[in-house]
Amino acid sequence: MSMIPQMEKNFSTLSESLFSELKAGEELNLNFNAEDSVFVRFNQSQVRQNTSVDQKVLTLQFQSDQRKIRFECSLSGDLETDRQLGLELLQRAREEARVLPADPFVVPMENRGESHKHHPGRLLGPEEAINSLIQSARGSDFVGLYASGPIVRATANSKGQKHWFSTESFFVDYSLFTTNADQENKAVKGTYADSHWDQNLFSQKLQDSQNQLSLMKRKSLSLKPGSYRTYFASGAVGAICDMLSWNALSLSALKKGNCAFAKLYDKEKTLSPLFHLKENFSTGLSPQFNSLGEMAPEELTLIEKGELKNMLVSSRAEKEYGVKANGSDFSSWGFEYLRAPEILGGELEESKALEALGTGLYLSQLHYLNWSDISHARMTGMTRYACFWVEKGEIVGPIKDLRFDDTLYQIFGGELEALTREQHIDPVVDTYFSRSLGGKKVPGALVRQFAFTL
Amino acid sequence: MMPSLSIPLVKSTPFNPEIALKSLRGQADWVGLRYVNEKTHSRSVRNGRPEDNSVVFDHGAMVEVLIDGHFGYAGTSDLSSTGLQKALDRAKMLAKAGSQHKVTHFDLSTRPASVGHYRTPYFQGLDSTSLSELTDLLIMASEKLKASEKIVTALAHLRFIETTLHFVSSNGANTLQEFLFLTNNFQATAQEGSESQTRTLNGGVARCLQMGLEAFDRDQALKDCENVAKQALELLAAPNCPTDQLDLLLAPDQMLLQIHESIGHHLELDRILGDERNYAGWSFVQPQDFGTLKYGSSLMNVTFDPSVPGEFASYAFDDCGNPAQREFLIEKGLLKKGLGSLESQFRSQIPGVANFRSSSWNRAPIDRMANINLEPGNSKLADMISQTERGIYMESNVSWSIDDYRNKFQFGCEYARLIENGQLTKVVKNPNYRGVTVPFWNSLKAVGSADEVEIFGSPWCGKGEPSQAIRVGHSAPPCLFEKVEVFGGGK
Repeated sequence: MSMIPQMEKNFSTLSESLFSELKAGEELNLNFNAEDSVFVRFNQSQVRQNTSVDQKVLTLQFQSDQRKIRFECSLSGDLETDRQLGLELLQRAREEARVLPADPFVVPMENRGESHKHHPGRLLGPEEAINSLIQSARGSDFVGLYASGPIVRATANSKGQKHWFSTESFFVDYSLFTTNADQENKAVKGTYADSHWDQNLFSQKLQDSQNQLSLMKRKSLSLKPGSYRTYFASGAVGAICDMLSWNALSLSALKKGNCAFAKLYDKEKTLSPLFHLKENFSTGLSPQFNSLGEMAPEELTLIEKGELKNMLVSSRAEKEYGVKANGSDFSSWGFEYLRAPEILGGELEESKALEALGTGLYLSQLHYLNWSDISHARMTGMTRYACFWVEKGEIVGPIKDLRFDDTLYQIFGGELEALTREQHIDPVVDTYFSRSLGGKKVPGALVRQFAFTL
Repeated sequence: MMPSLSIPLVKSTPFNPEIALKSLRGQADWVGLRYVNEKTHSRSVRNGRPEDNSVVFDHGAMVEVLIDGHFGYAGTSDLSSTGLQKALDRAKMLAKAGSQHKVTHFDLSTRPASVGHYRTPYFQGLDSTSLSELTDLLIMASEKLKASEKIVTALAHLRFIETTLHFVSSNGANTLQEFLFLTNNFQATAQEGSESQTRTLNGGVARCLQMGLEAFDRDQALKDCENVAKQALELLAAPNCPTDQLDLLLAPDQMLLQIHESIGHHLELDRILGDERNYAGWSFVQPQDFGTLKYGSSLMNVTFDPSVPGEFASYAFDDCGNPAQREFLIEKGLLKKGLGSLESQFRSQIPGVANFRSSSWNRAPIDRMANINLEPGNSKLADMISQTERGIYMESNVSWSIDDYRNKFQFGCEYARLIENGQLTKVVKNPNYRGVTVPFWNSLKAVGSADEVEIFGSPWCGKGEPSQAIRVGHSAPPCLFEKVEVFGGGK
């Protein structure tokens, strides 16, 4: 039986109990994050480790007299135990507020309404999942992670605002390995994520991966550093899209002097008129509300025809910089980030991508990206998994991995030739501290020149 | 009364893992219980105003069982007897489900019955300072960092972490470890138009120690902040690092990253065994390389050393109770030992170390770095500079990337100065360098002496499925490498 209704009831009771303890002038925002997950880690199509995690975390943001204090604590699930802990933290927050200096950018809490979304799922039990995955992967070198179970994100504040988002979902994030004629290790990547397990669909995905893996058995080509015409499949575009969350579109990053798109903002640099980026919550993969319960618009255009239309602006940044907030939230690094990115598709049919590439590189995935000069939106990283040399629209063979170092102003700017009509949803499979939610929707991209350095 | 930094939660029910373990009911070949209670205090001031005052109170237990040669894990934040019994039942169910398809049939040699107590040696705990004194200090530091109108961000940040880790097991293990960690970051970002440069004290996350508040020298920190601001402004006006092949002299606060990314991860035995292939990647190091691979020049000596007082990842036992001790991983350039726990040693028959570690109660332990240190040599920094005709000196990491087999790396630093004819000359911005791991370490041509060793670390070493961010320590003296490809930013 799902534990979600009981968690919702407990959060509501706990919230009301803590709000009732507030004194005049005090405000409290609560976040409740919970999961009841099963993780199974596979290596060589066998089980390496399996773990169940039942965790519930409450975050209290206390505000009084222009002071803000934030506490986060693990909850037991027992209401009275958790209430006592909450009261103790509330008392400590009051003591801290008395000695801390005023923070001029504290945002007064408001009641902006309520929302409630629950996405039920049909998930496999752990034993069924293990048997199913191992049976499907038999005969291959399958390695990866299966994660499954309910996830909750909820918020409530002392002004009466309430939002609830819960989902029962799973993902399988995997690689298949083989060796080629030269005994080099070669691999392909796959992900299957949903709320209802479909054995046939998973088997089909694995078969697609196997088919791609057969191409990896060909002899590897060793390319010299230099610039190459390059097609980025949606997985590779997704990796670049992740970089946009790392200080590229954050207003706070811009004002703090650490923004990758500062030159785009200042109109010193431009992007291609083919490039459009927006936040789009209509996929329903992540909550539309942020940690303060502020609702982002369902869609927010950020870049249109290569021009910057909006930055991501939190309400705290609005208070500091006077730019209207748009429901954005801070990451743990203190900058607004993309929660539901979508790069719009273009005109190129995906089935004609190799033909359009002609001669050059086909990259399915990228690895370990980082800014090499953030003020010029220049980044480095590696090719990984199914990356091929293509001649006259035909795959010749896999490449030996290459390091790249180039700018977003080239990739999504002057060198961008086409985007595919088809977009793919790349689900978030992050599991640091807890299972993350969300995903991005991106097309493939054909780029005239892309710089490889090592 | 002024609140001190210490926050005892008096109404919270004390938890005794020994009693909890005894109360669990059910059949298994072995049961372990790992309790973690951690408070992470984060205090920061930006441009003279409070930016963050937050504390995370995290606690929970991981119940672990061995059934038919396979370990099952169940973590819970419900520490009641009902909650723990539920976790035990789940761990058993997972162990049984996994044991039919397990990668290895483990036995209890991977769970020693160690008993002991470790405590971070320190003099001044969090109760020795009040919150208002600390806030005043952060404001002062932020003011020192904001030395000019061009400095748009002047950030002073301190983080304290108090951790209790208590592991007990049905075969008699009982290890209690109590840690106090201290990290700090002082940052100045200078901006003019759309050009900006960030300078920090040793890099954004490098200043990590396991110590009390005595480790934090208030007067020195304020003086250092003035220098950080000065260098941020200097960088803003500096030319880009040239594109060239130069001798590369790395400061200890960049050596930390060089060790971490181009030695540490490669030697993790679980990586070599393939566990990590779907996430962080594999390793070019093969099992047969131990004892044969000439990883670096004969000046290269690298240790796993959890016994260094004050270093971030010092401890007495890993998370399966294996007693931790100093071991040479690389000696005179020759690869000797892997970073493999008892489980990985059992699987691979390769000698390893006590490094079975988890990020918290909600993750199963895996092979991790701890303190991985480059041992000192006999050179002096001044001599390394004076003996270099064409070179570059780089400090403080800002960018890092390496391939999934850990060969081709590219790292960037905050600050660099050219070395011309044995002299440090002009400052250059956006210094980056790239290379390939083994040739790079074989180009090591001088290693600084013991009195030039500095200790740094990182709170955020990422790895694993499900993923885990863990604390690591790295110490090194300055080191000189011959003819490395260096370059700057822009374009």
